[in-house]
Amino acid sequence: MSLIREIDYGTPASTSETLVTLNVDGFDVTVPEGTSIMRASMEAGIQIPKLCATDMVEAFGSCRLCLVEIDGRNGTPSSCTTPVSPGMVVHTQTEKLKKIRRGVMELYISDHPLDCLTCAANGDCELQTQAGVVGLRSVRYNVDANHFTPQVRGESNFRYMEKDESNPYFTYDPSKCIACSRCVRACEEVQGTFALTIEGRGFESRVSAGAHESFIDSDCVSCGACVQACPTATLMEKSVVEIGIPEHSVVTTCAYCGVGCSFKAEMRGDELIRMVPFKDGKANRGHSCVKGRFAYGYASHPDRITKPMVRESIDQPWREVSWDDAYAFVADKFASIQKTHGVDSIGGITSSRCTNEETYLIQKLVRQGFGNNNVDTCARVCHSPTGYGLGQAYGTSAGTQDFDSVEHTDVMVLIGANPTEAHPVFSSRMKKRLRAGAKLIILDPRQIALVRTPHIEAQYHLPLQPGTNVAVVTALAHVIVTEGLYNEQFIRERCDWDEFQEYMEFVTDLRHSPEVVEGLSGVPAEAIRGAARLYATGGNGAIYYGLGVTEHSQGSTAVMAIANLAMLTGNIGRPGVGVNPLRGQNNVQGACDMGSFPHELPGYRHIAGEDVRNIFEEEWGVTLVKEPGLRIPNMLDAAVDGTFKGIYIEGEDILQSDPDTHHVAAGLAAMECVVVHDLFLNETANYAHVFLPGSTFLEKDGTFTNAERRINRVRKVMAPKNGFADWEVTMGIANAMGLNWTYTHPSEIMDEIARTTPSFAGVSYDHLDEVGSVQWPCNETAPLGTPIMHIDNFVRGKGKFINTEYVATDERSGPRFPLLLTTGRVLSQYNVGAQTRRTANVIWHEEDVLEIHPHDAEQRGINHGDLVSLASRAGETSLRADVTERVAPGVVYTTFHHPDTQVNVITTDFSDWATNCPEYKVTAVQVALATGRSNWQEEYDRQAEQSRRIEHDGELIHGD
Amino acid sequence: MAAASEIKERTAAIAAEYTHLEGPLMPILHAIQHAFGYVPEESVQVIANAINVARAEVHGTLTFYPDFRREPAGTHVLKLCRAEACQSLGADQIAAEIKANLGIDFHETTADGALTLEPIFCLGLCSCAPAAILDESRVIGRIDADKVAALVAEVTA
Repeated sequence: MSLIREIDYGTPASTSETLVTLNVDGFDVTVPEGTSIMRASMEAGIQIPKLCATDMVEAFGSCRLCLVEIDGRNGTPSSCTTPVSPGMVVHTQTEKLKKIRRGVMELYISDHPLDCLTCAANGDCELQTQAGVVGLRSVRYNVDANHFTPQVRGESNFRYMEKDESNPYFTYDPSKCIACSRCVRACEEVQGTFALTIEGRGFESRVSAGAHESFIDSDCVSCGACVQACPTATLMEKSVVEIGIPEHSVVTTCAYCGVGCSFKAEMRGDELIRMVPFKDGKANRGHSCVKGRFAYGYASHPDRITKPMVRESIDQPWREVSWDDAYAFVADKFASIQKTHGVDSIGGITSSRCTNEETYLIQKLVRQGFGNNNVDTCARVCHSPTGYGLGQAYGTSAGTQDFDSVEHTDVMVLIGANPTEAHPVFSSRMKKRLRAGAKLIILDPRQIALVRTPHIEAQYHLPLQPGTNVAVVTALAHVIVTEGLYNEQFIRERCDWDEFQEYMEFVTDLRHSPEVVEGLSGVPAEAIRGAARLYATGGNGAIYYGLGVTEHSQGSTAVMAIANLAMLTGNIGRPGVGVNPLRGQNNVQGACDMGSFPHELPGYRHIAGEDVRNIFEEEWGVTLVKEPGLRIPNMLDAAVDGTFKGIYIEGEDILQSDPDTHHVAAGLAAMECVVVHDLFLNETANYAHVFLPGSTFLEKDGTFTNAERRINRVRKVMAPKNGFADWEVTMGIANAMGLNWTYTHPSEIMDEIARTTPSFAGVSYDHLDEVGSVQWPCNETAPLGTPIMHIDNFVRGKGKFINTEYVATDERSGPRFPLLLTTGRVLSQYNVGAQTRRTANVIWHEEDVLEIHPHDAEQRGINHGDLVSLASRAGETSLRADVTERVAPGVVYTTFHHPDTQVNVITTDFSDWATNCPEYKVTAVQVALATGRSNWQEEYDRQAEQSRRIEHDGELIHGD
Repeated sequence: MAAASEIKERTAAIAAEYTHLEGPLMPILHAIQHAFGYVPEESVQVIANAINVARAEVHGTLTFYPDFRREPAGTHVLKLCRAEACQSLGADQIAAEIKANLGIDFHETTADGALTLEPIFCLGLCSCAPAAILDESRVIGRIDADKVAALVAEVTA
């Protein structure tokens, strides 16, 4: 292992297909037209000195170090801003150039502190390197006018600025700044936030966050792009300042959202120094967000439990035991439960945060070991309608594109997704394309950032009432059909024409017209018409959607309505178009792929299929049950009814994340053996009898599959703090049950997946190591994977139009509960917050707050910051109010990151008709000023404290 | 000085008149300075919102041009030319004397708020160097410290 040093070509690659040959220092080099001389030269292996150029941003031409001479041209042009031309003869090293460069460098160094030995960037500083490159040997200037000494001749130096340490993860030290503006350009071009600028001019130029503010007070979202771009120690990770520079690195995949960014985990020994986005990562292309880049501290948080624990009942304190005792405890309990209550009385829940291999093993444990199909996963509560809806319409349960596709999109339709908060790295790629002229249509009840943010303004924002997605999306189809904007050729060739006739009859009915739907949704008819016309006629149209589509009683219908839109307009099967679910968790796609659902074996094959069962029966040596098992909500119902008694939950906190907390708690409390396998004593663990410590993504090998079906390698960079990777723990239980599993490495599990699952047939660790990553299906016909699906045919053959009748949810506002609550996420926190709450990210989001419109707030006498109670027919909690016009009157909004708030006490048991995906996005509520925390919150705290006691050497300590 | 809310309202109204232009930021900054006599801190975010850019960008442009004031000027503004011709005829020395007399440096305003002193680079009066200009309208040639002192006394009396 060594430190991976990626080549910096100085300027971005050109995408031109025309090739140009030039000569650099006597060597011919052929590059795409539009390439800079600097990049062409680097491709020939000749590195031209540079400071202000780096290939993550466009050329700027300010540092004057990269000058070259070109035969037949005057002067010394900068190689970063000069494009190549055919036959050009370039000299990168001449006496004249050497003299100029040395002179320029001498000026830079005259205003730079010479404290290299004690500088945090020592050994990783481009200024230091370039000073060496140009052969700088002395600095003749000794000037009082400088930016780096606090005092000059005994007087305070007005040019000197103090270090800004306000960001928890990096520092800004203006005294080391060379004003190359790489950070400013990275913030603008790569991240798209425009939080930085150069203030002043000439010698007084300095980088400024916001309008001369600290970084934390500016618009900075802490993505880290500026830190990565900085050539000196001016912007530097605090971890490097504190520890030193790393010595080896391992490429791995982020364990936060479904974008699946590739990172270099840069290490010193077994200490993680920093996570740096990997340029060759095909999902993120070298970019990152605050979570993946910086919020990994939870992995070494003292709250982590590292020893297995058991107890007979949940009112007892935890007792630490050996791993073998814990496995035996689980195996005995499960066996005796099944003996008494039947084979169907236990089940398991796989995790969307664990690897494909770990997920595969849990469903295998359930099917092979428990002898039933009672396995489900947290996708139940997020994207199960995507799986169902897209499966019905197109034949696959996944998005149709790769992320690169967005670079070819002309019109983006964003429905019920807030990518700047929940999928930040992809949102940066969207914003880049939008700044280049693509159009944007947003369907969202809230004024999300992309509606209007610097340099981006949506052409249409349709602020629909929560719960009316199907009506509005069907109205868009109505306009496209009735105005003759549909792509008849595509429909005739790719879809069933007779089915389309039926659909046409359905959708042209007046009840789907924008004018009628305006009454239901509150969206002006003209906006619906305009948006439909733009999508249908604006060029490549791509739909991106999130949980605002799926987490409804008509979630599956909405997904089908979206699928219809794309087929109507022929926006399927080529770059720049498609239907793209933005998946919430790192491996929620993979968890679904791996057979986590009670009715499906890996690869979305129904359990009723005998051929499919046979494959696994042969592999596993058992007879499989052909009837689907229980879904999570059914398991909880059955538990309350007394027929479901034991559960193994890996890496999911259902008490906090699932709807109707009271019901979840009642279900868990009714079970005899709840096994929680997690990093921390999470909320669900309050009801657990066995706690098996988990391992983080840094501590194991495996794969995650992101929202674009990309299978990325997760690589172990340190030993598990708890001693075992999660797949080893699951194997421990399996073997205690006598299943005799013999895996020695996750690659063997992947081999088993490839053997049994056609869409993964070509996947192996060797293959992934070789090509980086692949998008499934990956098999003999597509050995490098499938970036874009349904190119010539839909997977199911003909695309299927499905009538999407709008049925209003039963959850509606009334006199008792007059407001509609909808829920979402913020950038700095992730899901239930178990990880991000244990990092410095809390500085951005200490608590969940309730967004409420000024009109609704005033009616209730609520001021900004007041503690308010939030009540639905399911329960009541309290939190602080944020009075804002981001939400429309009648709608309130909050996040679910904090267990103190536990917003799912409020959400109800309504769910998607097809998949039981809960209706998180619509709950009728009332809001009022609160005098204190709700009774439930007080009661819950008491119970949690009691439940988290751990018996340790005869003493009771409190786990947290 | 106007209240923050009033500044923001007036800024928004002024900015709205220019948003149709291509590259509206400079015309807006000029108009704000014309209206308030300076570009108030409170205006920066309002301008940014009006033209959908980040406030950092407004700040970058604003601070690039020293002619955009960040604070209200005194009742009168005296600008001393510092360009080559004036320098060659002792402008630096005269400037030092004037500063000492007034007790302020460049870009500062006298304690009574009567006068702001600023440098300027070439008034096009090189034949009458060293030169100065008072309140953007009254040009004075062949200045010395006494001549300037008399002028200041006259207008601030």
